[in-house]
Amino acid sequence: MLLVVASGVGFVLSRRARTESARAAVANLNARIRAWWIMVAVFAIAVWTGGIGSIVLFALMSLLALREFVTLAPTHREDHRTLLWAFFAVTPLQYYLIGIRWYGLFAIMIPVYAFVLVAVSNVIAGRTDRFLERTATIHWGLMVCVYCVSHAPALLMLDIPGYRTNAKLLVFLVLVVQISDVLQYVFGKLFGKHPVAPVISPNKTWEGFGGGVLTASLVGTAIWWATPFTPVQAFALSVAITLAGFAGGLVMSAIKRDRGVKDYGALIAGHGGMLDRIDSLCFAAPVFFHLTRYYFTP
Amino acid sequence: MIAGLIASAARLVSGASVFYRDEPPDERQRVYFANHTSHLDFVVLWSALPGNVRQFVRPVAARDYWEKGALRRYLSEKVFRAILIDRGVGSVADARGTIDRLAAEMENRYSIIVFPEGTRGSGEEIAPFKSGLYHLCREKPGLELVPVWLDNMNRILPKGELLPVPMLSRVIFGRRMAMEHGEPKPAFLERARAAIRELRGL
Repeated sequence: MLLVVASGVGFVLSRRARTESARAAVANLNARIRAWWIMVAVFAIAVWTGGIGSIVLFALMSLLALREFVTLAPTHREDHRTLLWAFFAVTPLQYYLIGIRWYGLFAIMIPVYAFVLVAVSNVIAGRTDRFLERTATIHWGLMVCVYCVSHAPALLMLDIPGYRTNAKLLVFLVLVVQISDVLQYVFGKLFGKHPVAPVISPNKTWEGFGGGVLTASLVGTAIWWATPFTPVQAFALSVAITLAGFAGGLVMSAIKRDRGVKDYGALIAGHGGMLDRIDSLCFAAPVFFHLTRYYFTP
Repeated sequence: MIAGLIASAARLVSGASVFYRDEPPDERQRVYFANHTSHLDFVVLWSALPGNVRQFVRPVAARDYWEKGALRRYLSEKVFRAILIDRGVGSVADARGTIDRLAAEMENRYSIIVFPEGTRGSGEEIAPFKSGLYHLCREKPGLELVPVWLDNMNRILPKGELLPVPMLSRVIFGRRMAMEHGEPKPAFLERARAAIRELRGL
């Protein structure tokens, strides 16, 4: 419904935009709306097929995000084997652990065992210059793109008394995060004056931040009935999600800035890559997962 | 069919986005020449070409590598229809013969893909070109050349590794060029090499 309206508005705007910059802004908006349609379709299929669909979907998202991350990261030839481990062993294993609902190992596999594996694999490769930097970069990529993201489908393995439709929790998380992104963008465009961190991202303003967080949290509150939360709890959790999401967006912007992303930013036509889409989800997913697990499971 | 599958797989693994500095390639006879850092280079460049162009494009490859094993032989003969040449030929007469055969195999319709550095480099520098490109242009006056920069391939599949890390890459087709009449060999080869190097900065 919302998307139909948004598409309509986007179409009308594209007809009315006169100036060059207005046209660019509208084209950008329409690209985002199109991306949304695709995301909704994919998401519906994933939820509809139950747990497995979601796990596979998020595993693919992790791989795509990791691919972008590693492309930007300054890795060396000697890191090749380590990267193979990261892509083809660690990532599938993390999602497999969600599939078999082994929470204990899921929670420590990447922070502990992949941490060790990456370091050891890089030692075996035998290059010592900038060892710490290279090792940390790869582990960071795994933490952000795989470990953090995997906490979204991990919601499916929570046992919440009196609540069975965990897929809706996943939808709640993704919806609030993504709507917050869009609303922060919209509020920023409309009222944005004071940038939060001008060096990192001139587009993120306090006005956009406040408006986005507040309205997205109200949207989250409005759909409390689909969750195991009361309206007040839904609001509080939405605020936590959107704050974490905002932090995630800022951090990922900083990395892109550092790597001079323009080189590879052009790689994916139109609206950035997977990492640009899910940067807020990276930080919001673990926060939401653990808050829900701590307060709502026995 | 198999060619299509291989092209799709190559695009998936290399995550290649393709850029053209000139009009997109068509079926006219040309020489595509690129920097060489990875075993993936040829197949990624080949898969970046439009399907209808691809069937008129043949790689020039080393005989000693591609005649080893049934799979390689099948791929080079049936799928890529490679023109296999002997590496490191000693005498001038042999080199002459290689160029003659290349020109003959190209007829008047096949384009070719060559890596004039002759061997895979580390990715930091483009090695000086071997002279085959020059002799081929003398053999076929007016032949159009397309410089191609393959970006990031050495990180996806470096020398000596078996499995690719699926990073993203770029294939940049530069502006068409041709050897000028009477252009000296070193000047021409250096100009061709510079044409690739220039694409690298984009």
